[in-house]
Amino acid sequence: MEICVCVKRVPMVGGAIAVTPDGQDVDVTMSGFTVSPHEECAVEEAVQITERLGGTVTVLTLGPPEAADQLRDMLALGAHRGVLLQTDGAEWGPVATAAAIAEVVRNGGYELLLFGNEAADTGGYQVPVRVSHLLGLPCVTGIKRLDFAGGSGGSSPRANTLPVGEDAPERILAGREYRGAEEVFDVALPAVVSVKEGINLPRYPSLPGRLRAKRAVIETIEPAFAADRLRKERLRVPASSGKRAQVLGAGSDAVPALVDLLDELGILS
Amino acid sequence: MTVLCLLETEAGGGAIDASVRTLAVARALASSAGEELAAAWFGPAVAVDGEALASAGVARAWAIGSERLAGYAPLAWARALAGLSAGGAGKPGGGGPVSAVVAAATDRGNEVLAHLGAITGLPMAANCVSAARTGPGECRLVRQRWAGSLLEDAVLEAPLALLTVAADAVEVPAGGDAAGRAAGVSIEEYAPELTDGDVAVTAAVSAERRTGISLASARVVVGGGRGVGGPEGFAVLEELAGLLGGVVGVSRVVTSEGWRPHRQQVGQTGTKITPELYLACGISGAIQHMAGCQGAKTIVAINTDAGAPIVAKADYAVIGDLHQVIPALVAALRERRG
Repeated sequence: MEICVCVKRVPMVGGAIAVTPDGQDVDVTMSGFTVSPHEECAVEEAVQITERLGGTVTVLTLGPPEAADQLRDMLALGAHRGVLLQTDGAEWGPVATAAAIAEVVRNGGYELLLFGNEAADTGGYQVPVRVSHLLGLPCVTGIKRLDFAGGSGGSSPRANTLPVGEDAPERILAGREYRGAEEVFDVALPAVVSVKEGINLPRYPSLPGRLRAKRAVIETIEPAFAADRLRKERLRVPASSGKRAQVLGAGSDAVPALVDLLDELGILS
Repeated sequence: MTVLCLLETEAGGGAIDASVRTLAVARALASSAGEELAAAWFGPAVAVDGEALASAGVARAWAIGSERLAGYAPLAWARALAGLSAGGAGKPGGGGPVSAVVAAATDRGNEVLAHLGAITGLPMAANCVSAARTGPGECRLVRQRWAGSLLEDAVLEAPLALLTVAADAVEVPAGGDAAGRAAGVSIEEYAPELTDGDVAVTAAVSAERRTGISLASARVVVGGGRGVGGPEGFAVLEELAGLLGGVVGVSRVVTSEGWRPHRQQVGQTGTKITPELYLACGISGAIQHMAGCQGAKTIVAINTDAGAPIVAKADYAVIGDLHQVIPALVAALRERRG
């Protein structure tokens, strides 16, 4: 199966997040970069599918030249090919991002386009849906279970060659959580699917994977920028953060104070 | 002009909590420009109580239905909202032109509004916490980034503003509007024109439903992180959660290590919780975790490291090893119970 997975380079943020003095960006002077967690799972899912059914996983990102590092990280996990839609580092809005991605994948022969449900940083929740409209493909989002149906690809998970013609899977059964139950979508391929963390447990990169990724050639395309009509004015840290906790005590000596607190909060009644 | 708010409904009737909170943000947007507030949902007219809508400030309401809709169908829902917004409900007495469509930032709300954005070619702002009209075709809004660890002040330029609301960051509206309640609201039915393509993606909801207290709505959550040390360490946290009438939630490292299933994860990529008490044990407090528990009324951290970020973000802290503190707490609670 030919799969394209779209990922985004985001700062690796830990215990604190700070904004640059001009309020335009996250301060990344102390942080490394990674891809959004949902997207790492999307890549893992794609790699598992091609391990079962054969085929190729292409990872695609839109970002600055340094975003090639994140493509290599994904190649180390087992993706086969990396494509960088290179920007000058300016933030692209979801409309322009979707247009640039659709343009590149339109004639790529992909049967499945995978995304993360939302980017960890901007959280726009819309690029996959917009891409699906531009390509005239069905779309499901927030998926935590993905099975294939139709052809032998669905019934014979151990097949190790790419099923072609009548044997190729024709549909997916995509499940997501809905208020304590699961809602399942039966969708014809090709399709656009965004996944959430929890769909699988991503593997750690292997040493041969890392070496292969280091040597891989990243294909680079320079798309044309278009401004979004949702305009960022500034970023700020919410006012509530930065308080200090009242320390109740140390070790099990603090338990009586803790019980009193629970009582006070009405938890024990 | 009209601000149209999409409501998701409970199986047993009534709007879901996230939609009720969203309605408050939609109402503020409408009143910022002297506009009318309208609501729409998919299902029968009786699914939402007209009096409750009126007291939330809703002047008009539409129950949307079609023979073609056999369940939740994201594209079809967006087509129906596009139809309503474009004056498809412009029957005698129909509302004025729609200036904004607002939905809760749930899986469904974000998905439907993204489709609506794609259909109309308009921008969509997800996870807003407030919005106000500043001019024709212009809204000023505050939206979450990093799941709420950062806020973005933004300007949205569009003849039809498309917004989803981060409901966990919005207060449940109290009281209600007695005058509005007395005025009542008329609920009309709206049948959108849909094609086979619009309903090609339709959800079938599984019969089996997870029982017991859900993490998202639990009154007490006992959180466990890396400090728990391994899968076997969660037994005592489960015991404590049981004693407090709550459930166990975990940090991302715990699910990444495979110690607990992902559905127990609290955080940006897991569940957002809004309990009365969150007892965070052995959790360092990365921003991605705090994004999931910032809706807790009170946070108590138990951590060996007084310098851990969670200690700066919690309301109360116990500096110590959870492996000593939690069993002692369990024993004290058992003794108290007698």
